[in-house]
Amino acid sequence: MTSPLQRKLKIAGPTVVTANRLADGAVVWLSPAGGWTDSIGAAAVGSTSEDVLRLLDIAHGDENTAVGAYPAPVRIGADGTPEPANLRERIRVSGPTVALPAGASAAA
Amino acid sequence: MYVYDEFDRAFLQERVVEFRDQVERRLAGELNEEEFKPLRLMNGVYLQLHAYMLRVCIPYGTLSARQLRALAAVARKYDRGYGHFTTRQNIQFNWIKLAELPDAMADLAEVVIHGIQTSGNCIRNTTTDPWAGAAADEVEDPRLYAEVIRQWSTLHPEFTYLPRKFKIAITAAKHDRAAIRVHDVGLRLHKRDGKTGFEVMVGGGLGRSPYIGKTIRDFLPEEDLLSYLEAILRTYNLGGRRDNIYKARIKIQVHEMGAEAFAQKVEAEWAEIRDGALKLDKAALDAIRDRFLNPALEDLEDAPASLATALADPDFARWHANSVAPHKAKGHAIVTLSLKPVGAPPGDATADQMDAIADLADAYAYGEIRVAHEQNLTLPYVRQKDLPALWAKLKAIGVATPNVGLISDIIACPGLDYCSLANARSIPVAQKLTERFADDARIADIGRLHLNISGCINACGHHHVGHIGILGVEKKDEEFFQITLGGKGNSKARIGELIGPAVSEGEVVDVVERLVETYLDLRTSPAETFIAAVQRLGTDPFKERAYAPR
Amino acid sequence: MPLVKNGAPAEDIFTAVADDAALPDGPVLVSAERFLKEADTLVARNDEIGVLWPNARDVAELKPYLSRLSVVALTFPKFRDGRAYSQARLLRERYGFKGELRAVGNVLRDQALMMARAGFDAFAFEKAADAEAFNKALATYSHFYQPTGDGRATARDVRVAHAGPAPVEG
Repeated sequence: MTSPLQRKLKIAGPTVVTANRLADGAVVWLSPAGGWTDSIGAAAVGSTSEDVLRLLDIAHGDENTAVGAYPAPVRIGADGTPEPANLRERIRVSGPTVALPAGASAAA
Repeated sequence: MYVYDEFDRAFLQERVVEFRDQVERRLAGELNEEEFKPLRLMNGVYLQLHAYMLRVCIPYGTLSARQLRALAAVARKYDRGYGHFTTRQNIQFNWIKLAELPDAMADLAEVVIHGIQTSGNCIRNTTTDPWAGAAADEVEDPRLYAEVIRQWSTLHPEFTYLPRKFKIAITAAKHDRAAIRVHDVGLRLHKRDGKTGFEVMVGGGLGRSPYIGKTIRDFLPEEDLLSYLEAILRTYNLGGRRDNIYKARIKIQVHEMGAEAFAQKVEAEWAEIRDGALKLDKAALDAIRDRFLNPALEDLEDAPASLATALADPDFARWHANSVAPHKAKGHAIVTLSLKPVGAPPGDATADQMDAIADLADAYAYGEIRVAHEQNLTLPYVRQKDLPALWAKLKAIGVATPNVGLISDIIACPGLDYCSLANARSIPVAQKLTERFADDARIADIGRLHLNISGCINACGHHHVGHIGILGVEKKDEEFFQITLGGKGNSKARIGELIGPAVSEGEVVDVVERLVETYLDLRTSPAETFIAAVQRLGTDPFKERAYAPR
Repeated sequence: MPLVKNGAPAEDIFTAVADDAALPDGPVLVSAERFLKEADTLVARNDEIGVLWPNARDVAELKPYLSRLSVVALTFPKFRDGRAYSQARLLRERYGFKGELRAVGNVLRDQALMMARAGFDAFAFEKAADAEAFNKALATYSHFYQPTGDGRATARDVRVAHAGPAPVEG
């Protein structure tokens, strides 16, 4: 299961809220404006439990745009924007770590 | 293979219309995600890490060349040009868009295939021996009964919202190639006093609580197959646990009640319905049997001269010894196509490969292809005299690696590269292992060895029943792998034993190699297989060596 | 909750009564506990009686009373919890219940046809739109693979009635 949402949320560091877009399943992040972005660098970053719960509430209120929202840890990169902080999130940003089969097209 | 009729076609058209309407209502916000999710799952649609995944049902692993081409076309048109064959004889596409899914399903329905009941808490695709109808060691063709079960279980109104998913497997051969003891229900077809019937096993399964199925009936006459299954399913639907998703499979109910008490409940329920509408009289069975069009095989001699000549080529001879199995018809053979080339994700095939295999099936194998639970493909009807020409063409498209049943014929789940449930990646480990064990002569010398990898405890890679099993776990955001030894998935199924602490991703290939070297050192002769040596010696000598250099 | 009965919108004439409340005049729907405790008095009344039966309780307990019950309401606490499908089939097919079999709880249009096939004939929908779409939902499929007690034609019936041409690969 993706991370279960509980009202007590432990935040270890900077955190973003991510989900998959309903219509095509693409990975998206909640943006500071309360919409969704397909760039993690443009995601809203929360650093307290309250921040992230507020972001999650916004995300869960928009389940007709993006589904399965959950908090994901990030690092703040040299340019000041968030980057994925664990393997799962790196894979969600960059795609499978293995080459697609020879002959497979790069994108649908 | 079974030929669908107008009824099946109309049914699938109606299914596409229903799903299109459900997708439209979801996109319009009329259905919320909680309401929609079971509906999409029941059509094989998952939401994975990067995209939606569509699992297409391949009933009991049987495909026509035309259907395989349709799968290739879907891979190109809606996905990224490849698909992944699964341990349940199905195929998955990893990059599909929800909004396009109804169109993809309409395309598949044109060749009467679909994603129905490939997910969800319902009765899943019934699986069987990929060699069914061709195997030299089979009592009878199990596909008839798999088809009977397919029809009964499709959109069964009582059993669509079960406590949890429900998988049935059936075999009719001496050698179990369908892993029936690790299914919710396993059926072993056998004969008693000239009558066809089944040994019925319940409560097998892997996942976080692995169990080997228990026999609750030695002989169930064929005419009672459906009523007995209905009795099992009703007992489960009413009594299976729904308070905890991890305890909701029938194996937990059987375990908690005890197999005997469970059997009594089933028998009592069955007594009420066995002579009802589900009775499979001769006419009912014949009506389905008659729709199986089996190829009219030629009358041929075994071991034709052209084959003997070709066997002088050591490469061909190696492949022949590895990937060709005896057929029940003289002059014919069963050919396995390895989808496990060195360095590639196990079970993947590109659209181009699928098209090429479809053409080869038409040219050499009566247009029929099977999917094996080991994530390989099988051509069940090949003339022995065609083997050299077929081999050359299979080799050209990369599906003739002579590693079937060997250490590099790895069963692996998609793992964290695709799957939202996974804790660790499976494919990179499989790739490194196939690279370490890339030498055809060496792996042939190691001999039969099943290596299975799962990226999480849900065990889609069946690691518990691998001779060597590898389970990915996550510790502080790093991938580690637990190693089990001595598991078996066949008729003498057993769960592998954990040999020690989990090892890092960098160590896992070395540990496997040390296990293999231990076997090579300790085997009594090359005739003693890896699993036989583990059973004779126990796991201790392997454990000592596996961890020795640390 | 919009009720659909025998394919048409229907008024719910049954009053749900709490276990400790006095019985009003007219048709009432009571809990399983209350029903079993007061069964003799309840079925002796001149008004119709219905029972709300939980999905974890054996419907065989209702056997002695079925001929005098007007409604058995079976519950779907979540639409994913499918125990009531089995209960419905047992009531209809094994115990011969002829009264109204009502689906209550998380009742949605996408499951309505399955419920009908299991023997339900009344549906307390959560959404008005689902009630309106009821007949469309029931027409989703024209034939069915497996027999239940609903009398709908199965694949086998159709095949026997229209023995088509011999199968050809298509």
